[in-house]
Amino acid sequence: MKILTTCGMGFGTSLMLLMDIQEIGKKHGIKVEGEALDMSSVKGLPCDAIFGSSEIVKELSDLDVPVIGIKNILDKQEIEEKFLAFVTSQTQE
Amino acid sequence: MEHHVVPVLLDAPAVDPEAAIRLAGGLLVQAGYATAEYVEAMVAAYERLGSYIVLAPHVALPHARPESGAIADGIAVVRLAEPVIFGHPDNDPVEIVIPLVATSHSGHLGILRRMGNVLTDATTLAVVRESTDSQEIAALFTPEKEN
Repeated sequence: MKILTTCGMGFGTSLMLLMDIQEIGKKHGIKVEGEALDMSSVKGLPCDAIFGSSEIVKELSDLDVPVIGIKNILDKQEIEEKFLAFVTSQTQE
Repeated sequence: MEHHVVPVLLDAPAVDPEAAIRLAGGLLVQAGYATAEYVEAMVAAYERLGSYIVLAPHVALPHARPESGAIADGIAVVRLAEPVIFGHPDNDPVEIVIPLVATSHSGHLGILRRMGNVLTDATTLAVVRESTDSQEIAALFTPEKEN
């Protein structure tokens, strides 16, 4: 699946998130193709979901893909739970 | 260019987020990682984008774009004397400010990874929050020499 991560600049929290999501994907045997982008670049790009810090994704609305906010970028458990919940929601459709 | 030194400033006073970011940015300028313009860009980014730079409880990661005056990839560490409210609903107040400079989109991945590891491990996080030895803290964030 294709996951975009986003933050204000596209190389701080978004890159940290992307590294974690790719690691989590690997652990669960899910192939994650990803890119970290700033907020203005993320809109309209084809992807399965957008992840970002909860404070930044509040600014993203009117998107056709799920947007998932993470409160604590250093909390791998929060990231893993939200990522796996997203994956489960996709397979149920 | 890889960074070699992680400047650390302990128990530094800052009255508000802007002061904290300027203080942290000053370390980057002193170390030669960024220009004064970069520090102004970090402040402007905080004003424009808000508190999301408080990426985890009590930890802020101010940064700006490479073209705003980045000279070398690097970070610094500021521990504030008194916690400062940045306006984040979950992660306030901020005690640790880690300004980041990146000269490219991904050259600083190792720095981010190392920083994440230090701040997620309870033992090393306790050192960052409590140690009175700035060199001990700097060593945690400093990449080991690669052969």
